[in-house]
Amino acid sequence: MSDGTETAIERSTMERLVTGDDDAGPAEATPSPATDRDMVFRSRDVNVYYGSFRAVRDVSFDVYKNEIMALIGPSGCGKTSVLRCYNRMNDLIRDARVTGTITYRGVDLYDERVDAVEVRRRIGMVFQKPNPFPKSIYDNVAYGPRVAGQKKGLDDIVENSLRKAALWEEVSDRLNDSALGLSGGQQQRLCIARAIAVDPDVLLMDEPCSALDPIATARIEDLMQEIKQDYTIMIVTHNMQQAARVSDTTAFFTSDIHSERDTRTGILVEVDTTQKIFSNPSDERTENYVTGRFG
Amino acid sequence: MMSRLSDDRSRAAIAASIEKRRVDTRGLLFRTLLQACLLLTLALLAVLIISVVTNSTDQLGTRLGDFLSGTLRSQSGDDRLGVHQGIYGSLWIAVIVAVLAFPVGIGAAVYLEEYAPRNRFTEFVEVNIRNLAGVPSVVYGLLGLALLVKGNLFGLDRLTGGSSTLSAGITLAILALPIVVITAGEAVRAVPVELREGAYGVGATKWEMIRTQVLPYAAPGILTGTLLSMARAVGEAAPLILVGAISGRLGNDPGLLDLSALTDQFTALPIVITTWTVQSGRDVGFTAAAASAIVVLLVFVLLMNSAAIGLRNRFEKKRG
Repeated sequence: MSDGTETAIERSTMERLVTGDDDAGPAEATPSPATDRDMVFRSRDVNVYYGSFRAVRDVSFDVYKNEIMALIGPSGCGKTSVLRCYNRMNDLIRDARVTGTITYRGVDLYDERVDAVEVRRRIGMVFQKPNPFPKSIYDNVAYGPRVAGQKKGLDDIVENSLRKAALWEEVSDRLNDSALGLSGGQQQRLCIARAIAVDPDVLLMDEPCSALDPIATARIEDLMQEIKQDYTIMIVTHNMQQAARVSDTTAFFTSDIHSERDTRTGILVEVDTTQKIFSNPSDERTENYVTGRFG
Repeated sequence: MMSRLSDDRSRAAIAASIEKRRVDTRGLLFRTLLQACLLLTLALLAVLIISVVTNSTDQLGTRLGDFLSGTLRSQSGDDRLGVHQGIYGSLWIAVIVAVLAFPVGIGAAVYLEEYAPRNRFTEFVEVNIRNLAGVPSVVYGLLGLALLVKGNLFGLDRLTGGSSTLSAGITLAILALPIVVITAGEAVRAVPVELREGAYGVGATKWEMIRTQVLPYAAPGILTGTLLSMARAVGEAAPLILVGAISGRLGNDPGLLDLSALTDQFTALPIVITTWTVQSGRDVGFTAAAASAIVVLLVFVLLMNSAAIGLRNRFEKKRG
């Protein structure tokens, strides 16, 4: 990629993030000869602090377009903290602080000109516990477009989003019923529909299946495979089989325990293709974890 | 054979250990104690209501309409004796409390919970609001007297007309304010973090998140708390005495919707009750009048609470 094109792309993405221009679709980078795939995120030496406590230390990895990246590791190793850096969700936690650089399609996400609200429109999130709003199914899906100022065409957006989330068949005849009446698995698919209704570029999923039974989990996993052609997905999961089944690349985290202060800090052990992580990892700690000897 | 025997033996042992069903004496005692507490509460309430209602029959049973439209009189046998002036005062005090204390209190609560930075200053403010909620009502009466009736600081007496329904309403609104802030704050704090994050997650701004998630979710709680504080304010007598509610002869008797009388001399139901109870010492007929005024005040507060419950149920249904 010539320097000229790269700066142009950076500038246009920056403009959209800063100005909140909704007419521009998801940022689309032109294929570059330098890398064989489009880089969506590039993170370098990311640290997350809660007050003076360092929860995550020096995380660096890249995420590419249309890829599903799984973040795995034992409890308390900072996977969720890392994930929440990518749509500025950590901003909402008092005392939380992120250092290092994370760029999204070339734009520094933590640049002071970047609008966190606009970032979250482009980088959607699905949470651990299904969290439908206490509104109708329709209003849940239409929520994002509505807060973005859209008033027309909501019916189509709702239908398309619910279809993409493989929920349309089940709810098309009761769109005005409360979303709280759905089962846990349906609620989580509704939350996915709600997230994709704003036509994001990336989906961040924080253990989206941890509250679901195996059948509902399988549906969500199938769904992820279907929608990855349109989105880039980062998923935090406790479930190693899930990571092995759904992801293209895997980042393994663990925690570094400071014995004197009795605190622990999450560290990134290695990132590689999922196949390599699960069959022939470079690091002994990864091997111990994926083979079940630890964690 | 051997194993069979040990099997039987262990079965017998299990049976012996679990077939011990007995009466849980302590549990039963505890439950009875709790029931007694409830019964005592209900009994006291029943005695109160029954005595008040029986005493009130002399007035409410025989001349209900006249009593509701009558005014303060010096003789209990007076045909025109009644609580109309008291109802006017209490009604408008309630309205003024609602108009002043609710928006200001709810606004302050939402600011404190959602926007204010967490530091020593806001902690100090919150502790003091809690303290204010515990300040005796008579102190608020003094504040009303100095600020609104005498106009000591800003000359507000020219606006309120001195001892008036308006002064009384503002005084009680100030009294209700800390309670409104606390209850509304608690309702706002109870909004699940999942809903907030869900809204932020699809690109809502803080204001959109508060408008579409926090306020609708917290509405039933805010409403219940604020209306209870209004009911409390309407039942207060002590601050009204200081603000100068009339207990003797009150010349004016405005219609219930007469706004121009808000800056005139006034009385209110708690004052009427106090006055007539005191007067029953020399004129025993005032006992029935006081009891009747109590019934009117109870019905007044009950109507307010029913409205609160009705509105809360509607909001909760909306909440899903």
